[in-house]
Amino acid sequence: MNLFTILLSALLVNNFVLVRFLGICPFMGVSKDVDSAIGMGLATTFVMVVTAAATWLIQWFILEPAGLPFLQTLAFILVIASMVQLVEMFLHKTSPSLYRAMGIFLPLITTNCAILGFAIMGVQNSYSFIETVIFGLGAGLGFTLALMLMASIREDLRFADIPKPLRGVGIAFILAGLLSLAFGGFAGLV
Amino acid sequence: MVLWKDFVRGLWAENPTFRLNIGLCPVLAVTTSAINGLSMGAATVFVLICSTALISLIKGIIPDKVRIPAYIIVISTFTTIVDLVMHAYLPDLHSVLGIFIPLIVVNCIVLGRAEAFAAKNSVIRSAFDGLGMGLGFTWALTLLGSIRELLGSGTLFGLALIPEGATTLGIMSLPPGAFITLGILMAVMNMVSARQKKMAS
Repeated sequence: MNLFTILLSALLVNNFVLVRFLGICPFMGVSKDVDSAIGMGLATTFVMVVTAAATWLIQWFILEPAGLPFLQTLAFILVIASMVQLVEMFLHKTSPSLYRAMGIFLPLITTNCAILGFAIMGVQNSYSFIETVIFGLGAGLGFTLALMLMASIREDLRFADIPKPLRGVGIAFILAGLLSLAFGGFAGLV
Repeated sequence: MVLWKDFVRGLWAENPTFRLNIGLCPVLAVTTSAINGLSMGAATVFVLICSTALISLIKGIIPDKVRIPAYIIVISTFTTIVDLVMHAYLPDLHSVLGIFIPLIVVNCIVLGRAEAFAAKNSVIRSAFDGLGMGLGFTWALTLLGSIRELLGSGTLFGLALIPEGATTLGIMSLPPGAFITLGILMAVMNMVSARQKKMAS
């Protein structure tokens, strides 16, 4: 499969949030204003790209040769947790302003199931190193796109007159349903 | 009495799906049919009970600083067990639930209960808390799965309920149907609990 197809597929056709249902918690939690949505999205994308490289190396150079593929879940989640920690430390040293801006979102990324999900999918599809990294990039950007769209709609809805029981998550899910319907239009693109 | 309270809390008052809104990815993803929802719930119940009980048992020997990684290792051990057992004995189900079985590791319900309850309470109370939370999660999944299966393909647990040839709402089996049904269910649950509060006061 060529790299552009992988990118486009992860970004639009099989959007991680709206079509594959991965990363719903941050999608609902951090989509109240656009700025934090972008911050969360980019931080996640960054972690995804770094994790893509790390998990690929671990899977094909350690787990497979050693005959331990059943340790995959355990190994990957530890890699993700340490990558998030590493990114946090790196940002803290090199760019304190960016670190402050992303601060609270960083530790949350570990429990984003989109990251573990894409890492496992990459192995299942037996992507090459470059393909895995591009897949991670597409997944991360797709997550950012969904988060931004959702946040901009929710900002506009702030003053809308919504029936009381639907307020909060109820209306957010119906919105997500409509967004997902719109993304259904990309099916068949790849 | 305490045990009963620990058990029922997860079913309604602190239902993870409808009240706390955590662990929502599998709720949306695997509920294309009632049986899928039920089996995903059962797998999560197993992981929840075992990990909360084990974490409660070893809470004294885990240093405070590394408790989260330690919990994650315990949880992923039980998740791997479920994954391998399902792969061996229920291969069809395993391929339908697919990636969401290993993803039980990052289900916030499990880590949340470990940190909020099992780390402070006795083994038996933690197990009951895990069971309650797990069953609360399971009934939510089964309900959503039943609604989507009935409207989307006219069957319930595989039994045809709507006469053949009748029009079904195909969209209910697709991703948008999951989001919209859950949104409406959340609104219904909010109405029910608002009424309960009114009755109580």
